[in-house]
Amino acid sequence: MPLHFGPLPAAVPPSWYLMLSAILFALGVLGFLLRRNIITVFMSIELMLNAVNLSFITFSYMLKRVDGHIFSFFVMVVAAAEAAVGLAIILTVFKNRQTLEIDEVSSLKN
Amino acid sequence: MQQLWLIPILPLLGFLLNGLFGKRFSKPVINTIAVGSVVLSFLWVLKTLTGLSAFSGGLEETYKEHYYTWIQSGALNISVDFAIDRLTAVMLMVVTGVGALIHIYAVGYMAHEGGYYRFFAYLNLFMFFMLILVLGANFLILFVGWEGVGLCSYLLIGFYFLEKFATDAGNKAFIVNRIGDFGFVLAIFLVFIHFGTLDFATVFAQVRGMPVEASAGIFTAISLLLLVGATGKSAQIPLYVWLPDAMAGPTPVSALIHAATMVTAGVYMIARTSQIYLHSTNALEIVALVGLTTAFVAATIGLAQNDIKKVFAYSTVSQLGYMFLGLGTGAFSAGIFHLMTHAFFKALLFLGAGSVIHALSGEQDLRQMGGLRKHIPITFVTLMCAGVAIAGVPPFSGYHSKDMILEAAYQHAPWMYWVGVFTAGMTAFYVFRALFLCFFGKYRGHHHPHESPAVMWMPLAILALLSLGGGYINVPKFLEPIFPLAEGGTEPWLTYVSVAAGLGGIALAYLFYVLSPSLPESLANSFKGVYTLIYNKYFVDEFYDAAVVEPMVDGSRQLLWRVGDTRLIDGFANGIGTTARGIGGILRRAQSGYIRSYAAWVLAGAILAIAYIGFMGAPR
Repeated sequence: MPLHFGPLPAAVPPSWYLMLSAILFALGVLGFLLRRNIITVFMSIELMLNAVNLSFITFSYMLKRVDGHIFSFFVMVVAAAEAAVGLAIILTVFKNRQTLEIDEVSSLKN
Repeated sequence: MQQLWLIPILPLLGFLLNGLFGKRFSKPVINTIAVGSVVLSFLWVLKTLTGLSAFSGGLEETYKEHYYTWIQSGALNISVDFAIDRLTAVMLMVVTGVGALIHIYAVGYMAHEGGYYRFFAYLNLFMFFMLILVLGANFLILFVGWEGVGLCSYLLIGFYFLEKFATDAGNKAFIVNRIGDFGFVLAIFLVFIHFGTLDFATVFAQVRGMPVEASAGIFTAISLLLLVGATGKSAQIPLYVWLPDAMAGPTPVSALIHAATMVTAGVYMIARTSQIYLHSTNALEIVALVGLTTAFVAATIGLAQNDIKKVFAYSTVSQLGYMFLGLGTGAFSAGIFHLMTHAFFKALLFLGAGSVIHALSGEQDLRQMGGLRKHIPITFVTLMCAGVAIAGVPPFSGYHSKDMILEAAYQHAPWMYWVGVFTAGMTAFYVFRALFLCFFGKYRGHHHPHESPAVMWMPLAILALLSLGGGYINVPKFLEPIFPLAEGGTEPWLTYVSVAAGLGGIALAYLFYVLSPSLPESLANSFKGVYTLIYNKYFVDEFYDAAVVEPMVDGSRQLLWRVGDTRLIDGFANGIGTTARGIGGILRRAQSGYIRSYAAWVLAGAILAIAYIGFMGAPR
């Protein structure tokens, strides 16, 4: 049986999904910019990635193409890998500096 | 296949062995490699020529060997080819034969000199390039050899590189030759543009089918540019000034490169391209005039030089002028004939001079010599052989070749014959002046003369035999398939006059420098102006310095260096650096090191991009 993409029940319009995606993305950006704890910043990045995933899926549904699905899988894989590496970096930073304050980790300057 | 490539490769092998490992070799090993490679090369030439039955009437056609394609680019197709015809055969015999003798001589002459292996390595390298020059079957291969011998000439003139005058002389030779090579290169370009190939056989076959030029045209242009190249390499007016200075090199070098072989490359090149010259009577006329003027002017300078090598150097310039006169009057085979006999007697003169200098522990001034015939009898006898040969005394070699040239000159224009005869008289005079000053009278120096070892006088003896009997090698007859002999009877009185001029020169020299040695000085005093002019070589060097060298140096320093280099080029380069630094100074402020400010920049950029797309529409 071929996969069938019919209209969703109770018909939530696609634009809502897109708006939700935009709101989530904006929250992620704000969190990234305003929070100082590295872990929160990291979570904000994950939030942005997932917001983008959501818009990918939505567009894929609207355009009746699978490209968006494939892309979002890629993003998930990358996000998982990035989470592993990123958390390892955060652990090492904390071990060396006893702080998670992001503005104090600026030694790559100059 | 006759394996022609072995002829030049053998000296190259000698060069590589001595050049790379010579420092660790003992002198006998160096000698064996250096002399052996050249002697083997000579034997291979003999074997090749016998194989082509050149000595028994064969080799009327050019024999050519193709090795590989060197350059392939569009219409330009140049292959490494060696060809051998009768002209090449003569050159090969002269170069390897005389070359081998001079190598043997150098073993004795250089025995006490530093840089022994270096000297022989250079000498072998020279042989390699000279043989490439002679064997090359197209203009470019010839040019490779041409430049290579120029390089070796430079290296060997500046052999005593601790002496400033030697390195200066090397530079002078190299730079003056560049001027000539400029003309040669332009000629090669012209040949390629007009004939679409550089291969000798193809070009000459095309030329043969074309009409002789009535007025100036492409053949005249090519010929004159080739002549510029030849005047550089063969030391003709106006580019002869480097050759007398080139005597700063060791004497075997003077004999091999600056008398017997390399300086005749220009003569060979003109003879090789004779087809082109024969299609431009104007160019031939100019060749004859250049040769005659050079022969005359250089002979007059030779009259008043006191350095024994300088006398022979100007004599070389003068004799090369004779060869050009022969070429220019259409007697190509006479020019090549004189090239060969000149190689014998001039190499002998230089080697003999070297033997004298060796005997006097480095003294070159004729005024410090005298009466040496009792001390160094072998050198004396051999040098006298060379003297009678160059003076044109029958039946010795110089008489045969010079006579042919003068005869051709007479048929071309009688006045050229008379100038030539007068020059022949001067030639006899200055050569015998040098010999008499050296060997007769009382000894005026204070060294203890000693005869040279056998390794030095054996080559002298062989060359003496060749100088005496070389005239009976009938080169013009041998070259007949290439250069047809001129028709028409000869007038016997021409010979009598030129022989008389030569004998008169000798007699005058004998009168001046043996019978009454005070006569030349009083004569010099009564013709003070002329004497000063000649003694200072017509101030040509000074003139070139003032007219060319000084403006060039000043222009380079004031304009090119101070303005062009310091202001424009350096200014431009520094300006780029300063600008980049300034921009960087501004931009570096954005790199705060705070990750959140970077994120803010990214956000601002994203907003800008989206706003742009939103207002202007997405690019299609």
